[in-house]
Amino acid sequence: MARERKQPKKKLTTDEARIPGAFEGETVSRRRFMTGTAHAAGGIAVAAFTLPAVGLAVAPVFEKQETRWEAVGPVADFPDDTYIPRTLTLVTGIGDVGKSTVYIRKYSTQLDDEPRDEYNEYIAISTRCMHLGCPVRFVAASERFICPCHGGVYDFQGKVDGGPPVRPLDRFYTRVRNGSVEVGPRFSVNSELKRFSPRDPGMPLDGIGQYLYPARPTARKLPGT
Amino acid sequence: MANLKPPLPRALRPKPKGPSEDNGHTKTGPKDKLAEKGIATIDWIDERTSLSGGARWLMFRKIPKGTNWFYTLGSATMFAFLSQAVTGVILAMYYDPSATRAYESMRYLTNEVFLGEFVRGMHKWGSTVMVILVFLHMARTFFFGAYKYPRELNWVIGVVLLILTLFMGFTGYLLPFDQRSFWATQVGLAINGTGPLVGPYLSDFARAGPEFGVTTLSRFYALHMLVLPGLIAAMIGAHLYLVARLGTTAPPWMKAEIPADSRKDDA
Repeated sequence: MARERKQPKKKLTTDEARIPGAFEGETVSRRRFMTGTAHAAGGIAVAAFTLPAVGLAVAPVFEKQETRWEAVGPVADFPDDTYIPRTLTLVTGIGDVGKSTVYIRKYSTQLDDEPRDEYNEYIAISTRCMHLGCPVRFVAASERFICPCHGGVYDFQGKVDGGPPVRPLDRFYTRVRNGSVEVGPRFSVNSELKRFSPRDPGMPLDGIGQYLYPARPTARKLPGT
Repeated sequence: MANLKPPLPRALRPKPKGPSEDNGHTKTGPKDKLAEKGIATIDWIDERTSLSGGARWLMFRKIPKGTNWFYTLGSATMFAFLSQAVTGVILAMYYDPSATRAYESMRYLTNEVFLGEFVRGMHKWGSTVMVILVFLHMARTFFFGAYKYPRELNWVIGVVLLILTLFMGFTGYLLPFDQRSFWATQVGLAINGTGPLVGPYLSDFARAGPEFGVTTLSRFYALHMLVLPGLIAAMIGAHLYLVARLGTTAPPWMKAEIPADSRKDDA
């Protein structure tokens, strides 16, 4: 028996291989069939708990972000020659961790040259450093944003002035409703302050940067901006 | 050599043999009875599991001449891991992996619980010790040439263990949830995100969303205390199996000694 099982080079039917009890023309022995069935059943059982678990772990990557607008104060609070810090809740339900400082000023006709629209009458600068995400602060005396971690420096508009950051500071959409400024979702800018869908720190947006670091499908810049 | 030990006190001296036990093998003291019970228990288990063969195979191996203190670095790493496991279980009894309560739970453990600061310190410094030991063990393996055939696979498993250990360090760093651990994790995730094409998705996966969110901390916690330790324990098992199966190498400065009679056998 053993000798016969080893020998066949071409695919034999079970009766040609003289396996006892085989029906004529069978190509899969019952033993092989049962082995395959047991393996398949085991595979289905493992997949039944693995796939949902993996799905649950990966799901947040594809979760759509809701657009939130948060009022930060009356329009009169914000001059166009310096920044006023405001605290914004980026993520709810996790206390102080979900809050972030944002610097806000009025669009300055002398300084700012990006096209004006309904979303940039007030300019809201994110404090997340574009090197590796440390919190920058605005130093009024030097009119610059300084990062404490690795020496990133940004000018008054948030453009990179020195150090390792790869792109200007992120911004937030703003709008005016009922006489107060509201801050909305985050967007990223390249060195010409052109708007891009939000990216994480450390991802350049000039040249091929925007293609090397694709925007997540779940958080886009507002349509038409 | 003369027996220089002081004589045993009378109570501990072995009883003189009775007339019926002159064969010299019978033992009747309470210690002997206890030992017999122990042996009987082990025999009972061994008869049903045959574990003793495996245990002998694992623990009483032949080791090459020249084996020295450098060969203990692997065991030292394993004991560092065991220490992390035990102290980690105790920390887990007090830790609360929610963004609003994590810091407070660690503060409570450190300042209020008896020996809490000590156990936390053991876990914190033990992690550093473990990383250092992993690298020393790796260096020993490299410089002694112990990664060569047939031990390549064990080197690969060792590298996987190194990576898992570093993941442990990264996920554990966030858990105290103070300013330093929070910002260091932000920086670490940003570095991870600078990988072209896949980086942004890896970051989103690691923190469960585009921002540091509600489940980021619990995700790190689950990885740190369930997924990674399980993987490390399994990998250590495979690592040890291969060490026992393949044996250890002699240090490179040892010359192979071929006894004269074995040379004769070859001819």
